[in-house]
Amino acid sequence: MLEIKDLHASVEGKEILKGLNLNVKAGEIHAIMGPNGAGKSTLASIVAGKEEYEVTKGGILLEGEDIEELAAEERAHKGVFLSFQYPVEIPGVTVTNFMKTAINETRKAQGLEEMPAKDMLKKIREKSELLEIDRKFLSRSLNEGFSGGEKKRNEIFQMAMMEPKLAILDETDSGLDIDALRIVANGVNKLKSEDNAIVVITHYQRLLDHIVPDFVHVLYDGKIVKSGTKELALELEEKGYDWIKEEINA
Amino acid sequence: MELKDKLVSSFLAFENTVDVDTAVHDIRSQAIKTFEEKGFPTKKEEAWKYTSLNTVLKHDYSIFPKEENALDFKDIKKYFLHDLDTYKIVFIDGKYSSHLSETTHDKIDVCLMSSALSNEKYRLIIENYFNKVAREDGLTSLNTAFSREGAYIYIPKNKLADKPIQIVHFSTGNEAAQMLQPRNLVVVGENSHVQIIERHQSLTDNPVLTNSVTEIFADKRAIVDYYKIQNDNQNASLIDNTYIEQHAQSIASVHTFAFGGNITRNNLNFYQKGEGIDSILNGITIIEGKQHVDHNTLVHHTAPNCESHQDYKGIFDEKSTGVFNGKIIVNKEAQKTNAFQSNNNILLSDKATINSKPQLEIFADDVKCSHGCTIGQLDDNALFYMKSRGIGEKEARALLMYAFANNVLSSVKIPQLKSRINKLIATKLGVNIGFDL
Repeated sequence: MLEIKDLHASVEGKEILKGLNLNVKAGEIHAIMGPNGAGKSTLASIVAGKEEYEVTKGGILLEGEDIEELAAEERAHKGVFLSFQYPVEIPGVTVTNFMKTAINETRKAQGLEEMPAKDMLKKIREKSELLEIDRKFLSRSLNEGFSGGEKKRNEIFQMAMMEPKLAILDETDSGLDIDALRIVANGVNKLKSEDNAIVVITHYQRLLDHIVPDFVHVLYDGKIVKSGTKELALELEEKGYDWIKEEINA
Repeated sequence: MELKDKLVSSFLAFENTVDVDTAVHDIRSQAIKTFEEKGFPTKKEEAWKYTSLNTVLKHDYSIFPKEENALDFKDIKKYFLHDLDTYKIVFIDGKYSSHLSETTHDKIDVCLMSSALSNEKYRLIIENYFNKVAREDGLTSLNTAFSREGAYIYIPKNKLADKPIQIVHFSTGNEAAQMLQPRNLVVVGENSHVQIIERHQSLTDNPVLTNSVTEIFADKRAIVDYYKIQNDNQNASLIDNTYIEQHAQSIASVHTFAFGGNITRNNLNFYQKGEGIDSILNGITIIEGKQHVDHNTLVHHTAPNCESHQDYKGIFDEKSTGVFNGKIIVNKEAQKTNAFQSNNNILLSDKATINSKPQLEIFADDVKCSHGCTIGQLDDNALFYMKSRGIGEKEARALLMYAFANNVLSSVKIPQLKSRINKLIATKLGVNIGFDL
């Protein structure tokens, strides 16, 4: 699904990713953990197509296709989704209208007709139930005045609506209380299938109790320095990151 | 001949044709003298530092309409709010068009200025209100001297204007260049309410210069909502001089939607004369090319416990230029005043300019006054967010601009008008998003 090869990337001349490799197959969940400043959010933004990052070496393949030259919206049309750590507030544009626009723009790019209003409403209803989102919430301005938890839940609602092939969840657990965490995780798990893949970026193990990864990677200083299974996350939770830093620096 | 000289010499012939032997006639004679003395404003005046009328004044304008032109409603329907029942006062090249208008004298008066000026029935109102709040600057005096056509709206005490009133001025381009000087008088009695929508529309690229004066009186507890749609052709310039006098507990709001035209200058003046007044000044400016929009506002607080709220949003592309000059005066007596002013701007191009200048003159010591001004670009993070949801660059930018201007739009009280403004913005931004933008 996603293949990242020897990726070097910098912003304003500062190298953030320094030869990162990652291979995510369809049907898999990968977790990327690591200390602050390791480059986790940069990785998420680069895969989703944020322009201010410059890829200096290496490449990103989505289903074997090099997507490095594609704009963010084109990547979205091909099935890449990023759940933002800090979702943006858009006054005057309701959640529903935003989703209609996103879905129909994507369908247009894929050469499909606009989704009939009836189907759209049905889909919105189904997916909002999945995330236990109140109907009233959908007619509020996107993210405006939402609590941290509401914003994150809304991100996963958008993911449910967009049905991406590759979803990257950037710190989706931050700002969530335990009930919201359970709802969000449950939603993600229901969206998971053999045909899509999920990359979870997180500081903490607690989300991974609910969204169980097939693989866990440690990102440190712009590289994946250690990979393992879900037990690695438990080990990191217990011991912190210092032992990894020591291992590397040794 | 220079425009000023042409106007002054034309007045001599004109004055013998209108309201001889009335109080208004004396006002005219005085006004032309004032204009002769002061002339057109120049950039040397502080209030006109960023707006030059030079290019606009060089045309050889016809000052009086020569003939009456007819227009078919179907050709100009789009300039009206036609999905809403309204009174209409319509002018074509400065002349009243009865077949496009819908006036009334049933409980309220919605009719022509010229008939109000010449009809004995209205003499008292005219004497009490005409040219009473307008300032004696060169442009306003010029308009006063030539005052003839415009809207006359009188809502007596305890009356609700049963539907909104549209005032629309068309220029047909039959003259090579045309100067228009509409004059509106709006008197709203105690506890009464009126909604007015005003639009100036040139139908060709021939130069048009409109020097409009509107005087509004809001008596105690009156509510006045005034909406100005300024979306004219590239050779049409507008100087809008609006003066509003408010009495105790009245609420007056003016929304200015400046989306096009050559040079647009709004002189919007609120004078508060009583306690518990609220004045609301909102504006959205979206321009490009070499368009120029200048908002020059004044709110004068003279009594305690009053409020004013100013919120102007501007989006400037290409080589367009904007000016915001907002003056708030709080007299010593006007304790407990709440006066707020905000002017936020987005520059979409390196060549676009905005000059924003708040002027606060506060003589009372127990007041809340704030002003804020921002100038920025579209937020890259927000753009990335939209794009990552599959929304293309152009649509994403449009949504962000819409979001930026949204709080001003949401204060429009007529749903059909709001929807129209939405559509104008979408057209302006060149997008077709699947919902009412």
